[in-house]
Amino acid sequence: MTTPIPPGSLLTAQDLRKAYGPTTALDGAAFSIHPGEVVAVMGPSGSGKSTLLHCLAGIVTPDSGSITYNGRELTTMSDGERSALRRSEFGFVFQFGQLVPELTCVENVALPLRLSGTSRKEAERAALTWMERLEVDDVRAKRPGEVSGGQGQRVAVARALVTGPRVLFADEPTGALDSLNGERVMELLTDAARSSNAAVVLVTHEARVAAYSDREVVVRDGKSRDMERVV
Amino acid sequence: MSIGHTLLGLLESGPRHGYDLKRAFDEKFGHDRPLHYGQVYSTMSRLLKNGLVEVDGIEAGGGPERKRYAITEAGITDVERWLATPEKPEPYLQSTLYTKVVLALLTSRDAADILDTQRSEHLRSMRILTDRKRKGDLADQLICDHALFHLEADLRWLELTAARLDKLREAVIR
Amino acid sequence: MSGRTSGTQWARDLAMGTRFAFSGGREGWIRALLTAVGVGLGVALLLLTTALPGALAERDRRGDARLDYTYSAETPEKADDTLVISDLDTDYRDQEVRGRLVQPEGDKAPLPPGLREYPAPGEMVVSPALKELLDSDGGRLLRERLPYDVVGTIGEQGLIGSRELAYYAGVDDLAPHIDNALTARIDAFGNPNPMEQETDPVLVLLVLVVFVVLLMPVAVFIAAAVRFGGERRDRRLAALRLVGSDSRMTRRIAAGEALAGALLGLVFGTGFFLAGREAAASVEVFGISVFPSYLNPSPLLALLVAVAVPAAAVLVTLFALRGVVIEPLGVVRTARPARRRLWWRLLLPLAGVGLLLPMIGQGRDGGDFNQYLVVSGVMCLLVGITALLPWIVEAVVARLGAGSLSWQLAVRRLQLSSGAAARMVNGIAVAVAGAIALQMLFAGVDGDYTKSTGYDTTRAQMQMQVPEGTDMASTAAKFEKTKGVREVYALSEGYLADEPWKDEPERGAQLTIGGCSALREVAKLPRCEDGDVFTVSGGEYDTDTPALSKPGRKLYLETTVPGGDRGEDVVWTLPKILTPADSVDDPTGSKRGGFLMTPASVPPAVEREVRGQLYLALDESVPDAREHVRNTAAEIDPMSQPMTWSATERSERFDSIRTGLFAGAVAVLALIGASLLVSQLEQLRERRKLLSALVAFGTRRRTLSLSVLWQTAIPIGLGLLLAATVGTTLGTVLLRMTSTPVTVDWTSVLQMTGIGAGVVLAVTLLSLPPLLRMMRPDGLRTE
Repeated sequence: MTTPIPPGSLLTAQDLRKAYGPTTALDGAAFSIHPGEVVAVMGPSGSGKSTLLHCLAGIVTPDSGSITYNGRELTTMSDGERSALRRSEFGFVFQFGQLVPELTCVENVALPLRLSGTSRKEAERAALTWMERLEVDDVRAKRPGEVSGGQGQRVAVARALVTGPRVLFADEPTGALDSLNGERVMELLTDAARSSNAAVVLVTHEARVAAYSDREVVVRDGKSRDMERVV
Repeated sequence: MSIGHTLLGLLESGPRHGYDLKRAFDEKFGHDRPLHYGQVYSTMSRLLKNGLVEVDGIEAGGGPERKRYAITEAGITDVERWLATPEKPEPYLQSTLYTKVVLALLTSRDAADILDTQRSEHLRSMRILTDRKRKGDLADQLICDHALFHLEADLRWLELTAARLDKLREAVIR
Repeated sequence: MSGRTSGTQWARDLAMGTRFAFSGGREGWIRALLTAVGVGLGVALLLLTTALPGALAERDRRGDARLDYTYSAETPEKADDTLVISDLDTDYRDQEVRGRLVQPEGDKAPLPPGLREYPAPGEMVVSPALKELLDSDGGRLLRERLPYDVVGTIGEQGLIGSRELAYYAGVDDLAPHIDNALTARIDAFGNPNPMEQETDPVLVLLVLVVFVVLLMPVAVFIAAAVRFGGERRDRRLAALRLVGSDSRMTRRIAAGEALAGALLGLVFGTGFFLAGREAAASVEVFGISVFPSYLNPSPLLALLVAVAVPAAAVLVTLFALRGVVIEPLGVVRTARPARRRLWWRLLLPLAGVGLLLPMIGQGRDGGDFNQYLVVSGVMCLLVGITALLPWIVEAVVARLGAGSLSWQLAVRRLQLSSGAAARMVNGIAVAVAGAIALQMLFAGVDGDYTKSTGYDTTRAQMQMQVPEGTDMASTAAKFEKTKGVREVYALSEGYLADEPWKDEPERGAQLTIGGCSALREVAKLPRCEDGDVFTVSGGEYDTDTPALSKPGRKLYLETTVPGGDRGEDVVWTLPKILTPADSVDDPTGSKRGGFLMTPASVPPAVEREVRGQLYLALDESVPDAREHVRNTAAEIDPMSQPMTWSATERSERFDSIRTGLFAGAVAVLALIGASLLVSQLEQLRERRKLLSALVAFGTRRRTLSLSVLWQTAIPIGLGLLLAATVGTTLGTVLLRMTSTPVTVDWTSVLQMTGIGAGVVLAVTLLSLPPLLRMMRPDGLRTE
C-alpha cells in the first residue's frame, strides 16, 4: 500500500512496521505532513499512535518501512545523527514528567539550546522570549513543582519551541489539564507553531484538542488512515 | 434516517418478503418504534420504481404482501454510497449512525470506516467552530463551546462504538 | 499521645511496619536483605569488639600460665620435681616459632599446660600449626633445623593462638648450659610473682583510636542502612495516610519497618559473627591468632548491642522523618528546609580538639592518657564530620554555578536534596578520616622505632655470636659455605682497661679482632697485613683511646666466666707499631673506637677470652637465605640464636598494618558504595519518564551519564576533602600527644582519598547500564 509521497511534504513515513515482542504496534502505517501544518494523530489507546510519533521523531527505529525528513532517510541514520536531528530540528511536548524538577522553569526552557552548545546566558535570554510568548515569564525562577499544571505545560511548550524546530511533536499535551487550561495551551501551541511555520504532529484522543489541527490521521490496530485523502 | 437505505441494506443478505423486511427492521432497529406495513410497502414501491430492487417472485393471490424483493446492482451501489457519506454533524444522530453501523456489520462491510468517516466530518465541523471561537468574542466562544461539547459527545460515542464493534457484530449477526 | 492508645496501638503499628519491611515482592526483599546485611556487618563488628577484650585477657592468662621463668636469681637444686628448660625461640621466614628444649629431672617434674607427658630425648611435641607447617613443602628448611621426631601435639591450653608455632623438644644434656638467662632449672610453670603489667600508653591510645575509628563508620553505616529504600517507603507511608492512618501511626509504622530491618540485621550479624569466629581460627593478624573459644562476647556488652542497634534504628528513622510531613497524597519534605546553621556544627569538632589538646606532649613517658578524654575527643572529631558535612555540602553546592549542562543538572539536583547526598557520604568521610589519622599515628610511631635501630642492612643482614668453645675460623667457614651467604665478616670483640679489672679501672677501650677485609668494615685502614695493630680514632663514646695508645703499655682484657666471678687477668702489651686509622660506620651502624688487631697479632690468652661475632651479608636473591643461615647455626650449636637485623622487618610490620587498615577501609567504603548505588538506582527508576523525555530532546547519553557522575562525585569529593582535613588534624593531634614528630603520611591520604574516588567511579559505572536502559524510549510509553 505504498502511496506516492505527496509533493512538498516535510516529513513522510511509509509502510511502517514495529513490534514490541509479541505485540504489534505498527502494521503498515503511513504519514505525511507539510511545513506549517498541524496534523492530529487519533485513535483508541493501544492503537499505536504514540509509537507512530516515536518513529516519526526518530526516537524509535521501526522494524521496516521508511521515514523521510526533508529528503533524508531517518531509518538508516545512526543514533547520534538522530539525536542531533532531534536536538536541532524537532521539539517535544509530552503529557507530564518532562520538566527536570530541580531546574528552574527558565533553565528547563533553555535546556535544548544548551544541549546544542549555546552558552548559558544566551540560551536563557532566548528562553525568556519564548516564555513571554507563552505567558509564563512570571514563573521563570520557580521550579516545576511550584507552578500549576497549565503553566508547567506552557513551559514545556516554550521549551519545545525554543530551538525553532521545523517539527513539533506533542503527545497528549493537554492530557493532564482541565479543558480551559488545555485549550489555552493548544491555542498558544498552534499559534506559536504556525507563526514560525513549524509542523505539528499532535497525538491526542480528545476531539476538542484535535479540532486545533488542520487534518487528522486515525491509527487503528497499527494501521493509519489519512482522512483527508480518503474522502 | 433513511428507511429506504436501511431496507435496501437488509435485502443485501438475500431476497425477502415485505413482512420479513418489517420483522427484520423492527428486530434490529425499531425497538421502540416499529414500522407500519404500509411504510414498508410504499418504500419498496419507490425503490422498485427507481430500479434499486426488483421483484424476485410473486406468490398467488397478488397484493404487495405477496411480493418477494431482491436488491439490484444499483441498489447495492446506493447502499454503499449512503454508508460512505457521513451524516451532517448534528445532535442526536446516533440512531442513523447506529443503523449504518449495524447495516455495515450485517452486510460484512467495514463498520470502522463508517465511524472514521463520520469522525472526520465531525472534526471538520469542530475545526470551523474552534476557529470561530478563537476569532470571536466571549458570546461567540460560549455558543461555539456548546456546539463543540455536543459534537464531542457524539465523537465519544463513536469512539466507544468503534471499541465495541466486535461485540456488536456478534450481537447483530446472531 | 493518650495513655490508652499507647501499648497495644504501638505494638500493632510496629507489627504492621514489620510486615511492610518484607512485603513488596522481589524489591521489598532485596531492600530488606540489603538493610539486614548492612546492619548485620555492623553488628558482627560490634560483637567482635565486645569479644576482643575477653579474648586478649584469655590470651594473656594462657601466656602467663605457661611461663617458664628462667631469670630467677636462685636456681633450685636438682630434684625429682625439677626440670631444665631452655628458651630456643627461632624465626622461620617472618613467623616466630616458640621453641623449648626440656629435660625433666624426675617423675614429678611440672608439665607445661597443653602437654600430657614430656617428649623423650630426640622427640618433640608441636602445636597443630607447626605440625602443619612441618608437613608442608614450605616447612622443609625448618624441618632441617628441628631434627626431632614429632610424637604429639600441644593442647589448646598450652597455646595462645590457633596459628601459633610452638614445640617442646626433649633433650638430655641441658644441665651444663644453665645460665639463668635462656636456660634454667625450674620447679613450676607460671609467673611466680604476677603483677599488673604496665601497658604502654601509646599502645592504649592506638587501641582506643582503632576501636573508635572502626566503630564510628559502622554506626554511621547502620544509620544509613536502615534508610535504604527511603523514597519508596515514603510513598507507601503516604498511601497509608490516604487510607486513614494518622501521622503518628505512620511514624510508628515506619519505625516498625526500621525495627524489622535491624532485627533481621541482628540475626545476620550473629550469623556473620559466628561464621567469622570459626574462620578466625585460620587467620593470623599481626602475628596474633585466636581460638574461636576465646571470642566470647561479654554477655552484658552483647546484650547492649542487641538492644542498642534496634533502638538506634528506630531513633534514626524517627529523626529522619522529623523534617518530613507525610500527607495522604505524597510526602512533603518541608519545602525549603531551614538553612543549616554553622555554629553548633563547629562545636563538635572544636570540642574534640579541645578535649585532646591538654594531652599534647604528654608523650610516651608522660604517664597515662585519660582514656575517656581520648575516646570522647576522637569521637567528637569524627562525629563532627557528620555534622559539618551537610553544612559544607549545602554551602558549597549553593555557590556552584555555571558549567556544562551535565554539571548544571547535577548541581541543581544536589541543591534540592543536599542533605540526602551528605548523609550517604558521611560514612565514607568518617571512615576515611579515621583511617588517615590512624595511619599517620602508625607511621609516626613506627617510623620512630625503625630509626632507632640504625643497622646498616645494606652491608650485613644477620649477626651471630660464635658459640663458646667453638673455633671462630671454622664457624666462619661453615657460614661461608652456607647457601645464600654472600660474605662473612668475622670480628671478635672484647674490652680493654688500663688497670686490672679487680681494681675497678676507670679508663677503657674497645678491642676488635679480625682479618683485614673484616676490619675494613669498621675503620678506614691505610694499609693492612696480618700482624698489624691499629688504633682507631673517631669512635662514638670513645674518649680514652688516644691516652691508651702508647706502645708497650699493658692493657687488661675483660673476662667473664659463668657464675660471675672474674678469672685471672689477661694482659696485652701494646706493640711498637700502632697504625692510626679512622673509624667508619660498622655494620651495626655505630662507629667503634679502641684497637683493631689482625689474627697474627693476637696473643693466645686474648684469643681465648674474646667473643667471636659473625656479621653475615646475605644474597637476597637466594630465597630463604635467612633460613639457611639459621639452619647452619642450629647445626653448629642448637642453642645459638642468630640475630636478624630488622630495618626491613619493621617496615614490613607497618606494611601489614597499613594493608589491614586499607582492607578495612576498602570494605567499609565498598559497603557505603553499595548503599549509594541502591539509592542512586532508586532515584533513576523514579525519573525514568523524565529520562526518556530528555532523550527525546536529543540529550546525549554522555551528558546524562556525566551528570550522574557529578552527582556522586561532588558530595564525595567534599566529604573526602573534609575527611582529609579532619583526619590529618586528628593524626597531628595524636602524634603530638605521643610526642612524635608530625609528618603527614601523604601516601595514606592519597590512598584513602583514592579509594573514595574509586567508589565514586564504581557507583557511577554500575549505575550506567540501568541508566542507559532507562534512557531507551520505552519509558515514554504510557499505554
